[in-house]
Amino acid sequence: MPLGLLKYGFRNKYRGQRYFPAEAPLRPSYDVVIIGGGGHGLACAYYLARDWGITNVAVLEKGWLASGNTARNTTIIRSNYLTPEGALFYEESLELYRSLANELGVNLMYSERGHLTLAHTDAAIRTSRWRAEVNKHLGIDSELIGPDEIARLCPQLDLSDEVRYPILGALYHPPGAIARHDAVAWGYARGAMELGVEIHQQTEVTGIEVRNGRLAGLETNRGTVAAGKVLQAVAGMSSVVARMAGFKLPIRSIPLQACVSEPLKPFLDPIIVSGSLHAYISQSARGELVMGGSTDPYPLYSTRSTLDFTEGLMAHMLELFPFLGKASVMRQWAGIADMTPDFSPVMGLTPVKNYYVDAGWGTWGFKATPVSGKRMAETIATGEVPELLKPFELERFYRLQQVGERGAASVGH
Amino acid sequence: MKVINCPLNGPRNAQEFICGGEVKLPPAPDTTGRGPDVRQWADYIFLEENLQGVVCEWWCHVASGYWFIAERDTASDTFLRSYTCQEWFGQAAPGDSAQ
Repeated sequence: MPLGLLKYGFRNKYRGQRYFPAEAPLRPSYDVVIIGGGGHGLACAYYLARDWGITNVAVLEKGWLASGNTARNTTIIRSNYLTPEGALFYEESLELYRSLANELGVNLMYSERGHLTLAHTDAAIRTSRWRAEVNKHLGIDSELIGPDEIARLCPQLDLSDEVRYPILGALYHPPGAIARHDAVAWGYARGAMELGVEIHQQTEVTGIEVRNGRLAGLETNRGTVAAGKVLQAVAGMSSVVARMAGFKLPIRSIPLQACVSEPLKPFLDPIIVSGSLHAYISQSARGELVMGGSTDPYPLYSTRSTLDFTEGLMAHMLELFPFLGKASVMRQWAGIADMTPDFSPVMGLTPVKNYYVDAGWGTWGFKATPVSGKRMAETIATGEVPELLKPFELERFYRLQQVGERGAASVGH
Repeated sequence: MKVINCPLNGPRNAQEFICGGEVKLPPAPDTTGRGPDVRQWADYIFLEENLQGVVCEWWCHVASGYWFIAERDTASDTFLRSYTCQEWFGQAAPGDSAQ
């Protein structure tokens, strides 16, 4: 090693800095406790401190920071949803994402690639046109394009009709992006801690005390914690935690698997999704192809990987990109997705007073991280559910006003 | 490949089956004349126990269209036992001459 570099390393002026401030001891009481140290919980803590001056906040995480679905998603960010409620919600998230790296001082590797949802049937063309028109009406950049335009954007795709499901068109969403998922969580965590929020890892909530329909306190593996208000942001385990508070959710926990290939030279610019083939693919900054498909066939809390998934996914992937037959799959994993009957999240008030829920994040959670954090912080601070979140309240199932989001990923049309 | 035990067809590939959701009993029919209780029905239709552990669910062997009830562990992904509806509900189904 050159001596100059060694000297540089030992100079006091350039001493190593902690990324996160030192962890504080767990105190017996907080104004707000957030259960779950994933992207959503950390974002909510950050906005509670930044926008509402509420800094006596603890985030309790049973494992390691952002080690659940925040670490397992496939990082796609877009807002071309089908329902006006959904599209407006995700559009606000996309707006927040665009300025997030600057705000948090973290390189999120936010990369606008363009997002193509392929249509292989007349029905899918119709849905794409419907989505494009809803999106345009709301000011979201989205349009239906034909095979010529697809070939220009992604010449690697097999656009011939020598396949089982020829590509007829695509919904094109230029702002579609990918970002570094871990960095999003770390940025929010650091931002929140700098404003005074405490994050406690290895702290599992084991019981929730409710008295006369009101939140009374939390039991954890490190003792009792009193809290003025509590948010549960534990997608994947939502039903289990909600049961501790004494209510049920309209959620089935179903594994969603994904995999990455070995790193390849950059060749794939846009994000390619096929609803009919249940397959999506994008190339990360490292050159790995990030691939996923539909959710597993039945509910499960185990994050095991299956060969069924890889085989089924690749059969479809090779129809889109036949030359990938020579690439190897390097890693495969699963996350537990909160699947709701209408493919929309569950946010806002619960039957327990002062206890709030942020759940039902199925296959659409990562892209909603900033907006759900910001708007749940508003809900907790004011006690009122903002207009943007009202369509997604748990109560919608009792009013029979579901938000049928057929624009969600991993959903057949 | 997982194998599920079907009471009618014996052990078969998991891909031949679909999961029909938790076994739960519908609310009692409305006898008050005031119409159905929407909250009760919404509860029955949309809300789930979604247990982490042993659950009882409807399963269907698609090829033969045969519905039965299976007990499985959602934490370990193991199928424990399968029951015919008659076994499960403890009586012969209406019109079932086999019992």
